[in-house]
Amino acid sequence: MITLALAFATGCFTLGLLLNLYRLVRGPRAADRILALDTMVINVIALIVLYGIWIDSQTFFEVSMLIAMVGFVSTVAYCRFILRGNIIE
Amino acid sequence: MSQLSEVAISALLVISGLFGLVGSWGLVRLRDTLQRLHAPTKATTLGVGGALLASMLYFALTHGQVSFHELMISVFLFITAPVSANFIAKTHMLHHVQPEELPPTGRATGWAGYEAAGQGEGSGN
Repeated sequence: MITLALAFATGCFTLGLLLNLYRLVRGPRAADRILALDTMVINVIALIVLYGIWIDSQTFFEVSMLIAMVGFVSTVAYCRFILRGNIIE
Repeated sequence: MSQLSEVAISALLVISGLFGLVGSWGLVRLRDTLQRLHAPTKATTLGVGGALLASMLYFALTHGQVSFHELMISVFLFITAPVSANFIAKTHMLHHVQPEELPPTGRATGWAGYEAAGQGEGSGN
């Protein structure tokens, strides 16, 4: 039963990743693209966690923690670049 | 592993998948940029939280080792999601919302972001 639920959740997050890709390509404004990238990072974290359950390994938590931090920093850096024209003033 | 814990983990996984899908679907479906900001920052974050909770429960029940790594990741995501949403909203407002359209703040200072970016003086962060 867990295998089935895992497959369902993986499918949901993968479909979500494709929808985010659509918004990333299509997005009329820069804010839409930043938002799509931020959501893609979050979906990828979910996929990594699900993969960790799938192969029954606990080594992926550090990876997802690092990706969460890098994703947050890159979102803030991108927004700041558009807001101020500079990242570190 | 007992039947009950298996049901609990499966339910958490299904709910988290549905929340993640709703967030990404809202990102495509909603009409305006500021409306689109709502779906991913709330629903997708909840979905990831559910997946991390399911992972924590799974490793606690099958391997018997309780780890708080997942809790750390979800707390980090729950803290950073509003911050990045605020930044994205500011980015959008700077270019596409005029200061005259906004309601008055009711205090001496105006809405953050406008005067600093307009003048380039670097007074506001």
